[in-house]
Amino acid sequence: MTRITGAFALAAALLSAVPALAATEDDFKTAYAAAEAAEKAAGALRNQWTTAEAALAAAKKAAAAGDFDQAVAQAREAEALAKASVFQANSEKDAWKAIEIH
Amino acid sequence: MTARSLIPHTLAALMLATLASLAAPFARAADAIDPAADAKAFRDYFTRKFPQVKLDDFVNGPYSMNEDMHKQWLEKEEFPPYEFALEAGKEMFSTPFKNGKTYADCFANGGIGIRQNYPYFDEKEGKVVTLELALNRCREANGEAPYSYVKDEMAALTAYMAFTSRGKPMDIKIPADPRALAAYQEGKRYFYTRRGQLNFSCATCHIQAPGERIRAEVLAPALGILNAMPIYRSEWSGMGTISRRFTTCNSQVRGVPLEPQSDEYRNLEYYLSYMSNGLPISGPGARP
Repeated sequence: MTRITGAFALAAALLSAVPALAATEDDFKTAYAAAEAAEKAAGALRNQWTTAEAALAAAKKAAAAGDFDQAVAQAREAEALAKASVFQANSEKDAWKAIEIH
Repeated sequence: MTARSLIPHTLAALMLATLASLAAPFARAADAIDPAADAKAFRDYFTRKFPQVKLDDFVNGPYSMNEDMHKQWLEKEEFPPYEFALEAGKEMFSTPFKNGKTYADCFANGGIGIRQNYPYFDEKEGKVVTLELALNRCREANGEAPYSYVKDEMAALTAYMAFTSRGKPMDIKIPADPRALAAYQEGKRYFYTRRGQLNFSCATCHIQAPGERIRAEVLAPALGILNAMPIYRSEWSGMGTISRRFTTCNSQVRGVPLEPQSDEYRNLEYYLSYMSNGLPISGPGARP
C-alpha cells in the first residue's frame, strides 16, 4: 500500500514538474488560418465584428513578439467570434421580420 | 373504417382545406412589399407610444422625448453649435469650382430647398442616390476631389442645403420600378437586422427603446431621425453626416462598419427617409 502511494506521489511530482507543451509557430499559423477563414466568411455576409478583428490583430501582434501561446489563444478567440457572427448573419436572414412593425 | 365514420374526417379535411385557402392570400399579403402601409404602421407605432409628442416634434430626436430635454433643446437653439458649419457650408456652396461652375449647376432649383427630396431612386442607375453621394458626384464631374463622407466639408455643405429646406415635409418617392421596391425592402431588412457582438439592430434602440437611456444618452425615435441631419454632436465635438451616424451606430454595437455610401447604407437611408415622409426637415440639428 505504501509502495503504491509512493508511486502515485512520484508520478504526480513528475507530471507537475514537466511544463505544459508551449504552442509553436506552426500551431499559431494553423489557428490563425482557421480564424482568418471564418472572418472572411463573415465578411462575405457583410457582418464582421470589431471584436473578431481586434482578436486577429492581437494574435498577429503576439506572434510577432514570439508569444505563440498568446497568439494561438487570440486566434482561437477570433475564430469563435467570427463563427458567431456568421451564425448571427444566417439566423437573421429571416429572424429580422419578427421585430418589424406591422 | 366504415363509410359513416369517414364523413366527419372528410368534413374536417374539407374545412381545413377551406381555411388553408383562405389563409394563403393573407400569408402572401404579409410578405408583399407595401411601403405606404409600412409608413402608416411606423407612424402609428410612435404616435401611440408617445401620445404627448406632436407629430412634427419627432424630428427633434431625444429632445422630443420629455419636457426637460425639450427645454434643453430650446436653450441650445439660441446659440446653435452647428452655426459655424452652416456659415462655412453657405460659403462653400457659392464658391465656384476651378472650372467656374458651382454646386448649383448640379441640382434642381440651384440646390436650394431640395433636401426633402433626397435620397431618391435613380432609375437610370438602378440605385438609390443620397444627397451626400450627389454632392461628391457633382464635385468629381467638375474636376474636384471628393470629400470625406463623414464630417467637415460634407457636413457643412449638407447643413446649408438642409437649412434651405427647413420646414419642408420630407418627400421621398418610390417609383413603380421593381428595383426601387427592392432597394426599399433591403433598407428595411438592414434596419431590423441584428448585428455586431452586442446583437443589436437599428430597431433595438430606435424602435424598441426611444426615450430610454443607454448610459447618459437618451435614445432618439426612428421616426424623423434623418430629418435633422446633419447634426452637431457634443459627443463628437463636431458635425457629422448621415454616413457618420450609420457607421458609428454599427461600431457602437461592435460591428465593423460598411463603407460610407455602400449600397446597404444608401438603401437604409431610403427606407428611413420614406418612413418620415411628411415630417418637416429640421436640419442641421444638435444632439447631446
